[in-house]
Amino acid sequence: MRYVARKLGFYLVAAWAAITLNFFLPRLIPGNPVEILMSRLDESGSPPPGEAHRLALLLGVGTGGLFSQYWHYLDALAHFNLGISVTDFPVPVSQVIASALPWTLVLVGTATVISFVVGITLGALAGWKRGTWVDSLIPTTTFLTAIPYFWLALLLLYLLAFVFHVFPLNGGYGASETPGWNWSFIGSAIDHSILPALTIVIASIGGWLLGMRNMTVTTLSDDYVVAAEAKGLSPRRILVGYAARNAVMPSITGFAISLGFVVSGSVAMEYVFSYPGIGYELLQAVNNEDYALAQGIFLVITLAVLAANLIVDLLYGFVDPRTRQSR
Amino acid sequence: MTAVGASTLLEPGSAGALRPTGGGVGHRAIVATRRLLRSSRMVIGLVLLVFFVLVAIVGPHLVGNPNAFVGPSMAGPSARFWLGTTMPGQNIFYQLVDSTSGTLEVGFLAGALATLVSVVIGIGGGFVGGYVDELLALFSNVILIIPGLPLIIVVASYVKSSSLLPTILIIAFTSWAGYARVLRGQTLSIRNRDYVLAARVAGEKTWRIIFVEILPSELAVIVSNFIFMVIFAILTQSTLAFLGIGDLSTLTWGNMLNVANNDEALTSGAWWWFVPPGLCIALVGTALALVNFGLDEILNPRLRVYKAPKVRR
Repeated sequence: MRYVARKLGFYLVAAWAAITLNFFLPRLIPGNPVEILMSRLDESGSPPPGEAHRLALLLGVGTGGLFSQYWHYLDALAHFNLGISVTDFPVPVSQVIASALPWTLVLVGTATVISFVVGITLGALAGWKRGTWVDSLIPTTTFLTAIPYFWLALLLLYLLAFVFHVFPLNGGYGASETPGWNWSFIGSAIDHSILPALTIVIASIGGWLLGMRNMTVTTLSDDYVVAAEAKGLSPRRILVGYAARNAVMPSITGFAISLGFVVSGSVAMEYVFSYPGIGYELLQAVNNEDYALAQGIFLVITLAVLAANLIVDLLYGFVDPRTRQSR
Repeated sequence: MTAVGASTLLEPGSAGALRPTGGGVGHRAIVATRRLLRSSRMVIGLVLLVFFVLVAIVGPHLVGNPNAFVGPSMAGPSARFWLGTTMPGQNIFYQLVDSTSGTLEVGFLAGALATLVSVVIGIGGGFVGGYVDELLALFSNVILIIPGLPLIIVVASYVKSSSLLPTILIIAFTSWAGYARVLRGQTLSIRNRDYVLAARVAGEKTWRIIFVEILPSELAVIVSNFIFMVIFAILTQSTLAFLGIGDLSTLTWGNMLNVANNDEALTSGAWWWFVPPGLCIALVGTALALVNFGLDEILNPRLRVYKAPKVRR
């Protein structure tokens, strides 16, 4: 229980830090963010009365001292009052985020899990068959980690969508489809998601493979593995039940830390593929001086990463009993 | 001699007893250089790196104006335009050469700054201990867990500037946390080793213990962290520029890719426009990674003499 309490405490502090950081960010904008935002809103149409006041509270630049500004900001957040989007006027920011988030979550989530599972499996095999041809894959992964992800995505897009018409060029679904729960839309969405998912898997699989391989090599020389061999257990059982099971622990920790990087990569991915997810919205917001939307998306992305980390951490405590005892 | 040399490189503070009796500084430098050249990864990485640094320094003086409109629109590679031309007819090879310095500058400056912060917070916290250390560790962990790129995107787009400095600062101050954590762990374990305790008992000053006893032992880790952070900074800057965020007036490889993408080089089949800049980024990154591997081989004797044992059945 102490382990869980410690973790919860840490993530509460982290969430508070993120929310406070979000409060200070608008102060970096040269000029008055509310005025800029209101003039942008006026260009798009007629914003509802009182919007300027609500925006000032949300961006933490309302009247009064720092503490009263901070208090009003927290109050606005607590009521999910995130302002109105300029990019998709007059849709509220919270609604824009809610409609963009599932695209990113499903695509990036699936791709990351596939990459993790395949990478771990191949890594365990590479560690097991150390010194054979599998090891020759390792230098390739060095080059892969040095390649800018977005460029790799551009190349694959060029080759597989432009030169050979295997996949669609961009978007989240076909232009003739209307989003909804029908097969033709879902099929189109899946068709549009394969290439983006593939680029994420290719870009991230090397790291998992290498880490797992090295850990497996280390674990294989441990006494309990030697003992298992001496008992005459089958190699398969030794690898799966003894070596890999323990070697995978650092990768699970790595999985939590990598989630932030996955989100970062997905921003570039969505830009390259014009994929209608949260990262694409963030770039739209930033380019349109849509401060309310940019702030909202930053906060949601950060809190989502924190929540995912918390889940992985709690799972880790469940999978590895040692962490529960030592802390 | 070889083994002694390696341990002096690894832990100069602790290696007093092991320090070679014969041979001066010159001799040790020769031994170190010879060992440096024995690692083929190191040599390849260094050659590539020196090449790019030379291009960054000398290149812009050798090529013409990269922004001048000199040729037809989106022409393929030819004898006159080695890497073809852009949509408005600029020489892509000139742009590629001119972009080198900007990209490397961001990488090395942001990498150096991030290393400095991670050293101060990691080693400082680990050495001082107590609640200062707890607070700094908590701070590092919080920074580590907040996703970097979205934060960088928001900050870089708010701070409007026509120089690369804000980009450098933002990248540096969002990327130090992971390595600070590594250095803290190292410092915590070194702090209580016998030779450090001996130095304390002998009455050495705190700054001397940190800089002479502890810092050299962690030099290998710090150098390796620095190289990784340079790679990370180059990749992050390229991504930012590609996304069209931050300073777009200075030519970098990321900027070239951004313009290429906006001008639909992809759907026009103008591969000569978007392939070379990405390849350059990847080559610089690979060069740095190779140097890092090479350093590892040299500084870590266990990796150097490593031979794969017999294959298990």
